[in-house]
Amino acid sequence: MPKPVAARWFRIVYGLSVAALAISGMAQMPIFKRYYLADIPGLGWLAHYFVTHHVHYFAALPFLGITIYAFVRYLRDWRRGMRLSALGLARALVVGVLIASGVLRVLKNRPDLFFGPALVQALDFVHLGAAVLFGLLVLAAVLARRKPYLVASAAAGSGGGAHLG
Amino acid sequence: MSDTTRASRQSRRGFLQALGAMGAAAVLPGTAEAAARREELATLHDLSRCIGCGACVTACRETNARKHPNPQKPFPKMLPNRVKVSDWSERRDVTDRLTPYNWLTIQSISVEHAGRTHEIHIPRRCMHCQNPPCANLCPWGAARKQADGIVRIEDDACMGGSKCRSVCPWMIPQRQTGVGIYLDLLPSLAGNGVMFKCDRCYDRIEQGQLPACVEICPLEVQKIGPREKIVARAHELAERMGGYLYGETENGGTNTIYVSPVPFEKLDAALDADTAQGRPHLGPAPDRLGLEQKLAWAFVAAPLAGLAAGLRAGRKKDA
Repeated sequence: MPKPVAARWFRIVYGLSVAALAISGMAQMPIFKRYYLADIPGLGWLAHYFVTHHVHYFAALPFLGITIYAFVRYLRDWRRGMRLSALGLARALVVGVLIASGVLRVLKNRPDLFFGPALVQALDFVHLGAAVLFGLLVLAAVLARRKPYLVASAAAGSGGGAHLG
Repeated sequence: MSDTTRASRQSRRGFLQALGAMGAAAVLPGTAEAAARREELATLHDLSRCIGCGACVTACRETNARKHPNPQKPFPKMLPNRVKVSDWSERRDVTDRLTPYNWLTIQSISVEHAGRTHEIHIPRRCMHCQNPPCANLCPWGAARKQADGIVRIEDDACMGGSKCRSVCPWMIPQRQTGVGIYLDLLPSLAGNGVMFKCDRCYDRIEQGQLPACVEICPLEVQKIGPREKIVARAHELAERMGGYLYGETENGGTNTIYVSPVPFEKLDAALDADTAQGRPHLGPAPDRLGLEQKLAWAFVAAPLAGLAAGLRAGRKKDA
């Protein structure tokens, strides 16, 4: 198992925020009540749109913070002797789309900023599509046993990998 | 001439024609210019004038009949069966509540205030919120807010999940099963029709005409105009009659403002409203997206914190 380059706290925050974002994001569609999942004890909150919307906001903040942190660390430190794997690069790009569309959606929810209906709809579908794609890429990485975002570069010559999270 | 310019001129000309036809009573000065600039328009309802004749309800139904649903039957079997069919197609003539075929209803009450009995009739429809939860939270972008302040539901994109109704402070949108895009996707497993509500006659506004309910009213209960002028006029009217306002600040501000000679707390208490059954309340409506607005600043702070932490961590390592 390759040694993670990111600290343990980073991986915990990343994992928890991604999980919270995935669940609360899915809950923005009216499916949890319809399919009885909100009937499971402890999951009733999944049927409350404002609760899940607030969870999505609160989970997005640490996710946004540590993603920028990772980006800076990658540019300054981690890319020395390492490079993004193909699945890591794909996930990083999709995360960029998710963040960009998500931040625009946050701005859209302010009354003092007007986004036209076509732009709003495009943002909705880009955000949803990127979330689905991210889920598929994570699944592919797990199934291919290629979870690390970063792998040793050819110049470093070790051929090993390292976890970001 | 570009389409936009042509539409703007057409819109201004239409509004000026309406202005002339109606003796300027229902249209505030500056409305044509505001419409041409695609600024938010609002309506003012003077409840002291409304006699509950229902002309606005009839005009709304007739004008918007072509937008009403024509469902395919039998409806798809819904899985799981907890999902209830919502069918108003056999009850199209219902007018005492909001339905997919009745986007405007009048609530009539008798209420005591300041030593006299008031017969108050309240035309109820979508409030066209300034920051509408229905439009902001619709997962498909089907509910939408236009630059002119109209909030409407695009029936070609709506799946009928009724989230818009759940998040609306007044539960305005109403569902009809058996119509819409869900029939072409997974009709048994996802979606349940289309949500319908007042679109403030957006198509008539685009043509420079007035909304049907505004135009038809024989007592000129409604006025339409740029929001800031409507708000100012509403305050003047309330001061003159010793009245009260509803809609200016509710849910963070709406583009439908009622002025009543009776406090809205009394009206709401007398209404016996059944909001979940298409008979909306007149009670307090806090801003449902208030927390989201307060949190927006944090989406600037979070990346800055990440940037600072990343630079600091890198520097520590260098040192």
